[in-house]
Amino acid sequence: MTDYQLSINTTVAISKPELNKLLDVLSGAGYKTIGPVAKNNSLVYEQIEDISDLPYGYETDQKAGRYRLYQNGGSEYFQATPGASTWKKYLTPPRTKLFGLVNVDNKWKEVPVSEIHPKYAFIGVRPCEIAAIKIQDTVLIREDYVDTLYKKIRDELIIIAVNCLHPADTCFCTSVGGSPEAEDGYDLRLTELDDLFLVNIGSQKGIDMVAQLEYAAANSHSLQIENEMMSEAKEKIKDVLKDYKQLPELLMNNLTHSAWEDVAAKCLSCGSCTSVCPTCFCWDVQDVTNLHGTETQRDKVWDSCFNPTFTAHAGGGCSRPTTTSRLRQRITHKFASWVEQHGGEGCVGCGRCIVWCPAKIDIREELNILQEAFK
Amino acid sequence: MTMSAVEDKMHVEENAMNPNWAVIKKIETETVDTSTLWLEFEDEEVRKDYKYSAGQFNMLYLPIYGESAISISSDPDQEGLIGHTIRFVGNVTRAVSRLNVGDRISVRGPFGTNWPVEESKGKDVIIFAGGIGLAPLRPAIYQIINNRKDYGKVTIVYGARCPSDLLYTGEYEEWRSHDIELMVTVDHADDTWDGLVGVVPMYFYRLRPNPENTVLWSCGPEIMMHFVLYEGLARKIPDNQIYLSYERNMKCGVGVCGHCQHGAYYICKDGPIFTYEQLEPYFNVEDL
Repeated sequence: MTDYQLSINTTVAISKPELNKLLDVLSGAGYKTIGPVAKNNSLVYEQIEDISDLPYGYETDQKAGRYRLYQNGGSEYFQATPGASTWKKYLTPPRTKLFGLVNVDNKWKEVPVSEIHPKYAFIGVRPCEIAAIKIQDTVLIREDYVDTLYKKIRDELIIIAVNCLHPADTCFCTSVGGSPEAEDGYDLRLTELDDLFLVNIGSQKGIDMVAQLEYAAANSHSLQIENEMMSEAKEKIKDVLKDYKQLPELLMNNLTHSAWEDVAAKCLSCGSCTSVCPTCFCWDVQDVTNLHGTETQRDKVWDSCFNPTFTAHAGGGCSRPTTTSRLRQRITHKFASWVEQHGGEGCVGCGRCIVWCPAKIDIREELNILQEAFK
Repeated sequence: MTMSAVEDKMHVEENAMNPNWAVIKKIETETVDTSTLWLEFEDEEVRKDYKYSAGQFNMLYLPIYGESAISISSDPDQEGLIGHTIRFVGNVTRAVSRLNVGDRISVRGPFGTNWPVEESKGKDVIIFAGGIGLAPLRPAIYQIINNRKDYGKVTIVYGARCPSDLLYTGEYEEWRSHDIELMVTVDHADDTWDGLVGVVPMYFYRLRPNPENTVLWSCGPEIMMHFVLYEGLARKIPDNQIYLSYERNMKCGVGVCGHCQHGAYYICKDGPIFTYEQLEPYFNVEDL
């Protein structure tokens, strides 16, 4: 279809195998294509080269402390909702070298960082994950500080979003201002119907990609089905958080309330929730040195506010010695102080912290318990 | 050099975490576990551009051992060497204690907020310091002395655990000669001591501040600052005229690694010096 005028916000239809062509177009342009892969009983984000790498015919069962991935004999590539994997492992890798030093004649000399970070194209980014990337943007690309590596990867990033038609029981994006339908922040947005993908174009890069595919105008029937499925998905996500916008004031005004102890009673202070959280950004710096002490480097490593060393002081002790104080830090940071620091909440409602909590702590329930107690 | 190598080099140069080498020019032993290191940047451009304010800190990095936040203790109005008074209590600082004149150390900074030296002109200044807490206040004391006539009554109450722990003992006479009332107290006296005994907040009773026209600055152990604060509030010194310098585990210095959060504040960026007005919402919240 060459006579069809592609523009931003145009929706076209492509056959499902045509997604392979899109992967080819991306890898041909030098992008490393990353997408969901069923592996070790979970969904992980890894390099994909062919649509057969995608979790075709899989769905998930998710609850507090439970994630099960199984084949349902279906015919969808994107039915299974994400596992513990987040895109942040590519955007802000778990360990990056800040700089290296080598001791030459008793003098430390800098060794240039030689890590090469590819251009990424993310395939199958959920709306909540786009929201999380936007939040990371506000934290890592600021007026007074720019994470140069993050910015480089982010500037080159291509996002192929996918609308969430089958939200899990642990999803609560609509409670925190989100939606299972991606509205912006993508280059292309897929909606997976029975026999085709509807492709909404979100950027010039998106136009250029679609122009290289076999596509047809989306017919009104498909668009109507998309609409209906989106409404169903929105219905399915229960609006579980009460008075979300009042949380900052409520939480910060009740920092010493005994209800925090009740909420923390189950917490193991293990840090699972922070490592699977798509917006958690805290990092530590570690010194890695050879045995002779002649070479050393400083690494930036993901850290968690649940680690005892997170607030450690020189000479012993730490500022948050209790599990209650650490859980309170995480919850108040996500839902209250984040607003003051970065102009919006730090939670996108993806539900990972619920699913991957070994103690089955459900943040939605806990917040409601706190709200009741603080009233 | 390939294109990506060029880009990587750029990444290194732009990175706020990179080392910035300085040479130790002088070491002054202050007490048995505390010394002042006087540093000079190797790079002439850096040396020329480096400006700091009283109360700010640097991140000192010693390869292999790591990095530590250290207050600047020299006079911001003086060009030349930059002083850091360091108590050797952690892994990094203990390694720093073994350095000699001529050794190199990396300095990132300056970071954080400062004492309101400029804004406090025309006012009476009361300073309460405990132990190593005098170090970040010394630059402010120097600047007051540099413009002594711009300030009203200036009072310093300083205390340490014992006489041998007192910092900068050789400078007290000089400070006093600039019409500064300096009270020095120790928690535990010994045979050499005929001065005041007791914790610093105790001696607030000797002051007769005119609250509206007084600023109160304090740095020391948190428990000490809290009692100083209560004394100040009891004398009706306004919330926004009381300044406290806080300390937390810091890694980046630019409010992005998350470690030093205190409520909604990053101590490294929004602090370390806060007014009580800023801190009030989080005051007396245990383990925040």
